[in-house]
Amino acid sequence: MLVADRVIAIAIMALSAYFMWHATALPIGWNGMTGGPGGGAFPFWLSLLMLLSAAGVLVRSLTQAPSSQHFFDSHMLRNVIMVVLSLFVTIALIPVVGAYVALPLFLFWYLRIYGGHGWVLTGILTFATPVFVFFFFEVTLKILLPKGVTEPLFFPLYAMFF
Amino acid sequence: MIYKMTRRAALAGVASIAMIAAGATSALAEGWKPQKPIEMVIMAGQGGGADRLARLFQSIIQKEGLASMPILPVNKGGGSGAEALRYLKDNEGDAHKIMATLNSYFTTPLRTDIGVDIEEFTPIARMAVDTFVLWVNADSDIQTLDDYVAAVKAAGGSWKMGGTGTGQEDSLLTAMLEKEFGIEVTYVPFDGGGDVAKNLVGGHIDSTVNNPSEQMGFWKAGKSRPIAAFTTERIEAFPDVPTARELGHDIVYTMQRSFVAPKGMPAEAVAYYTEMFRQLSETEEWKKYTADEALDPDFLSGDALQAYFLEEREKHAAILADMEADSSS
Amino acid sequence: MDTLALLADGFATSLSPLNIMIVLLGVTAGLFIGAMPGLGSVNGVAIVLPLTFIVPPSSAIILLCAIYYGAMYGGAISSILLGIPGASTAVATTFDGRPMAQQGKAGLALIAAAVASFVGGTISVLLFTLFAVPLADLALAFGPAEEFALVLLAFTTFVGLGGDDKLKTIIMICLGLVLSTVGLDLISGQPRLIFGDLPGFYAGISFLVLAIGVYGIGEILYTIETSRTAPQVTPAKISLRDLGDGIRTMNRMWRTMSLGSFLGFFVGMLPAAGATPAALMAYGIARSTSKNPKSFGKGNIEGVAAPETANNAASTGSLLPMLTLGIPGSPTTALLLGGMVMWGLMPGPMLFIEQPDFVWGLISSLYTANFAAVAINIALIPLFVWALRMPFTVLCALVIVLCIVGGFAPSQKMHDVWLIAGFGVAGYLLRKADYPLAPLVLALVLGPLMEKSFRQTLISEQGNILAFVERPLSGTFIAIAVLFFVLPLVKYLRKGGARSIAPAE
Repeated sequence: MLVADRVIAIAIMALSAYFMWHATALPIGWNGMTGGPGGGAFPFWLSLLMLLSAAGVLVRSLTQAPSSQHFFDSHMLRNVIMVVLSLFVTIALIPVVGAYVALPLFLFWYLRIYGGHGWVLTGILTFATPVFVFFFFEVTLKILLPKGVTEPLFFPLYAMFF
Repeated sequence: MIYKMTRRAALAGVASIAMIAAGATSALAEGWKPQKPIEMVIMAGQGGGADRLARLFQSIIQKEGLASMPILPVNKGGGSGAEALRYLKDNEGDAHKIMATLNSYFTTPLRTDIGVDIEEFTPIARMAVDTFVLWVNADSDIQTLDDYVAAVKAAGGSWKMGGTGTGQEDSLLTAMLEKEFGIEVTYVPFDGGGDVAKNLVGGHIDSTVNNPSEQMGFWKAGKSRPIAAFTTERIEAFPDVPTARELGHDIVYTMQRSFVAPKGMPAEAVAYYTEMFRQLSETEEWKKYTADEALDPDFLSGDALQAYFLEEREKHAAILADMEADSSS
Repeated sequence: MDTLALLADGFATSLSPLNIMIVLLGVTAGLFIGAMPGLGSVNGVAIVLPLTFIVPPSSAIILLCAIYYGAMYGGAISSILLGIPGASTAVATTFDGRPMAQQGKAGLALIAAAVASFVGGTISVLLFTLFAVPLADLALAFGPAEEFALVLLAFTTFVGLGGDDKLKTIIMICLGLVLSTVGLDLISGQPRLIFGDLPGFYAGISFLVLAIGVYGIGEILYTIETSRTAPQVTPAKISLRDLGDGIRTMNRMWRTMSLGSFLGFFVGMLPAAGATPAALMAYGIARSTSKNPKSFGKGNIEGVAAPETANNAASTGSLLPMLTLGIPGSPTTALLLGGMVMWGLMPGPMLFIEQPDFVWGLISSLYTANFAAVAINIALIPLFVWALRMPFTVLCALVIVLCIVGGFAPSQKMHDVWLIAGFGVAGYLLRKADYPLAPLVLALVLGPLMEKSFRQTLISEQGNILAFVERPLSGTFIAIAVLFFVLPLVKYLRKGGARSIAPAE
């Protein structure tokens, strides 16, 4: 637990420094002539405060007695990583093969392989969800989702519903 | 387009289905027609003047059935329109994307290097030219442009001029005023023209150069007063307001409301959209709107529009260069 | 008397069969759109705007308002059931709504939200009817200095949310504020913090992206790890008796609800402030004036009622400057304004004089929309509660799909979907390390308004920082804000300053 706490505190400190570096692209000082702080002042000084607070967390963790509690539950961590990976793969696939291939693939993987549900439930949801999404988002709300290479397949559908 | 489709189809490995799809639609069509909903990119956020106008176009097109597919407005207002410009550049050759522009079409690529050259885009149509008027609160004593200049000078730099942000149209016009009259104002940026108008009437700022449409309501209620118009001729809705030019100060500045398309849009598609907007410009709704809001419905398309864009870009480059010189001196 | 006669005429318009149908349709559509994480009243209104040309203008604006109202009611649904606020106005509803759902009291929370929304809506429509015109002047008195003071007040009613680690709370507030500065600097017009010119950051980081990330994806990851095989929520049941119980419970909360209504209406009325600060302030005040402040955040029904009355009252309040001054207080009212202009109606000081039929037709339809919304909402509660009884892996898969699609929908950028995934993982890790997430999200919501109004004031006052306290209205707000900040401190010191991490109020 303490190790994780320290790692996160250091990560936040690094992030703050990175923000501060980017913020200096604009003036960070107080300019009496144009009245008040420059464009970079807010992000810069707030990042500095964030850096100092994270340093405080780090220092505090050094003085604390180590606890026996683990940050990650090693058994469940595998599940979390699997879900995160599948999420990333799905998002990466959307612009390439389109939302209507990527999302059913994700649902199939999650329900059948990860969740261990039966074929019937998996089949119904894998099929019904994209259909619902198409009618709710595209037909009703007129929000088009990325189709990637499957785009030409949708031309007849557009002609039918719009 | 056909080349594109076959390439995509081959990529997908669903060539046969795609061919059927393409065949079905092209058999129906005489000339080019959109095959999917048309994306109308707006260079500004939701709720602003540009957004409202774009949605008005969308409504009229839909009501009059001017397009065979729906028009879908998408706001990409980030970075003063830089987001929209980059998006258009990244979608070269796309026949289903058009963009509603305002003057940030010129200023944004000039002010920051975003790797966009507007000369590459395909001009579609200019729908209108918006005008600018100098406004003060109706409670103030200022009646004429001379009164105004005297009042600003007396304030000694603490005169508050509201606007929609450094680099926006009104800030350029403010800079032009400062230069012409040798005055100095404090420019206070707000989120949008409506916000500016409210702060003028509420007495939080001293003057603005709003578009007439943004002040119309307050003006009718007698809460704000137009001082001078920055047009070549008097605005029809304000026959008593002199132009700066007739008072001997040659300041003319307008805001164009046009549509452009990505580079390399097929010629048939360009013709389709140009015709769509030409029809739109002749509808009753549009005529009524331009009259109500004191817009100048000056339709322009094709090469003439491109020439206009390039000329405006030159003009803006000169104004921006002046502003830079002023702020560094 | 005059007002009443005009209102009666208005009812004659709004109670025509066509308009009643329109209200029912609009409210139902709005309810479902609002219940989707990522979609809110803006989307609903934007989508039907072009369709409204087929009905007469008075019916069209009624349709738009019905959708607006429906979506405001619907926002609470995803806050309570999934813990994902569908819009920034519903953030405060998650604080107690989500724990209630986890305790199996989702039905009660939904009833509370519906009843509270109804009360907030009704009280504010009454205020609107009686005082619309004189109150418009108050909205004008609000300049940048007052806006800043108000946001500061909204912030301080929230300081030290719950019993969290002080240092970690500060980090989260700073992080939210810094993230809120990403994009374009309004004052100089220059891009900032766009991380090596990524065009996706030009538009800044939207609240929805962060909220869907940390509350949607982050929450799922957290639940996967901690729940093991146990279901994530106690199965919720709902019966007619629960409805009666719910309404009786709500009947004891008139103080909270009327406070929330008045606060919501007045804060919502101010352009640029709007429903989000209103809901947060209502929640903060309900907690700090409660006899049992520690129960807030753990499923206190008052913590659902307070923000829900306030955000619905605020949504009515924000119509006021739109109609009387032509100034939209939110993107949604901006679109409504656009709609009115399209029909040739010019909102502004003259509207009430030139178009009384339209104005009173609209006001009366707010009453009917409110009734329709509460009835339809309560009727649908069993459906929503039933959705929670799905097996966890099924619910989880569907919520992830919803987060992806809902995250893409508002901006239509894959960039935002990636950010959601990133924020999801970061939110999960931060939550495990006991970093409070609510301050992060709140700071992102209030940050832009705070920085902008602060700098606008300093520019117009030539850098005179005392301007904030010199102006009477902003001075008053700042004094109240200071009071809110100092009172808990005094209480804390009088308790003898417990050495452990004391819960701040």
